[in-house]
Amino acid sequence: MTKTITEINEKISKGDVVVVTAEEIINIVEEKGVEEAAQEIDVVTTGTFGPMCSSGTYINIGHAKPRIKLGGGACYLNDVPAYCGFAAVDIYLGCTQLPDNDPRNRVYPGKFEYGGGHVIEEFVAGKDIKLTATAYGTDCYPRKKLETWINIKDVNEAVLFNPRNVYQNYNVAVNLSNKLIYTYMGALKPGLGNANYCSAGQLSPLLNDPLYITIGLGTKIFLGGGVGYVAWQGTQHNPTAKRKDNDTPCVLAGTLAVIGDLKQMKPEWLRGTSFQGYGTTLTVGVGIPIPILNEEILRYTAIKDKDIYAPIVDYSEAYPQVKPGVLGEVSYEELKSGKIVVQDKEVPTASLSSYSKAVEIAEILKDWIKQGQFLLTEPVASLPGPESGLTFKLLKERPIE
Amino acid sequence: MISKRIVLKFPHRLADQPIVCNLVKYFDLEFNILKAYIIPKEEGLLILGLSGEEGNYNKGINYLKELGVIVQSLSQGIIQNSTRCTHCGVCITVCPTQALILDSHTRKVHFYENKCIACELCLPACPLRAMEVHY
Ligand code: SF4
Ligand code: SF4
Repeated sequence: MTKTITEINEKISKGDVVVVTAEEIINIVEEKGVEEAAQEIDVVTTGTFGPMCSSGTYINIGHAKPRIKLGGGACYLNDVPAYCGFAAVDIYLGCTQLPDNDPRNRVYPGKFEYGGGHVIEEFVAGKDIKLTATAYGTDCYPRKKLETWINIKDVNEAVLFNPRNVYQNYNVAVNLSNKLIYTYMGALKPGLGNANYCSAGQLSPLLNDPLYITIGLGTKIFLGGGVGYVAWQGTQHNPTAKRKDNDTPCVLAGTLAVIGDLKQMKPEWLRGTSFQGYGTTLTVGVGIPIPILNEEILRYTAIKDKDIYAPIVDYSEAYPQVKPGVLGEVSYEELKSGKIVVQDKEVPTASLSSYSKAVEIAEILKDWIKQGQFLLTEPVASLPGPESGLTFKLLKERPIE
Repeated sequence: MISKRIVLKFPHRLADQPIVCNLVKYFDLEFNILKAYIIPKEEGLLILGLSGEEGNYNKGINYLKELGVIVQSLSQGIIQNSTRCTHCGVCITVCPTQALILDSHTRKVHFYENKCIACELCLPACPLRAMEVHY
């Protein structure tokens, strides 16, 4: 039994498409079996809502009168520096960027109350943002200074463009040292005091299409409460990572670069986020529909938390010093039970990504498809898969004489 | 006379010393233990009602601080901002009194105010800054 995306789109347009979430599919497959479920179900929706540091937005602010060329100058949005090494009035703001006067970790642990991620959230929410810029001035762009409010509804373009989102699996972070540490995985208490993980597990997009059969370049997705697209494989995309028999990676593997019009996104799905002692970021909501083209694809979407494993990594020594070796492997079922056992010690677990919000995203995407508002796309090219041989490299440092 | 409810956090090295008795002995203060949490090999947490003459009270608090005890006031002014909370769950292992609990069925994080001792540990730990203090 096979279907095509065109056939599924016809069903969406007619309003008789059958869509379920990656959580609901689990019981359906258990009840009906793969064969029957694959016939009945057309689309499975996935979702994830977690901090994703490689996120940001580019904005074309429009030309001032007289003109100013920000390229080669400096530009700030609510005192957070934005990159302006493009044409005259194109700027890019990354979510981890901090105001110049933020004390960072000088007062340890830094609070990181406000950064690029928070500016993006406020901008999407329609708040006025203070833009200040300086430039060197040219004959065609004479102006040297600009101070103004900008608003998302007035700028020419505002595009969310995230070079690395939607990690396919992630580490479980623990701390073996005897002091409290502050990481991008949250505060980790000494002596295995807690374990933090960050994946929606059975609902996570790339864990439901582990070999990237349906998700590829150009795939239309839920992004930040609006519509977006997969633009490329994400940075550090590592398809050759170790996998289990069910093809799901048991370490960090695939990633996606995603893009979409920020003007139609919503602040509740793009949240400025602060990690004490670490920095700011953006919590991004992403949902990806998986067309059930055949039984193999359906079987992948029926993956359960108990069959997805994550590596336990010490963030006091092994992670920062890039030392090999993990402290073990645990399933997402164990992680979600609230405690795991590491080195014979019971360790309470907590998640950085929100499972209840991931469910909400999968439900919203399901509704969009059912209501005929969201058609599926055929990928224009595939993401590099395990056969590509692509791996993730460390930096080889070379001395500068 | 001054009377306050306070939260004391003891580093592990102080956990077995008669510090609270010294408050009575040296500073003539009265105490009433509301709650105590001792996590073996880790920090200790004590919530006290403490009262006495104002000068003595301040000296007592200084004595605690000099020893390395973290002194905070207890208040019921802690709230979970429901529009900011994403129910991620980061706070649940941070809260020393299990006032923040992840409901295993709904996967939402509930805040039980009656268990909260206003230690404020969850405030900086919450990445969304959804836990707020309102004194
Ligand atoms: S850490 Fe913050 S956002 Fe996450 S569940 Fe707790 S209160 Fe909510
Ligand atoms: S202030 Fe926060 S961490 Fe402290 S007891 Fe209350 S809820 Fe728990």
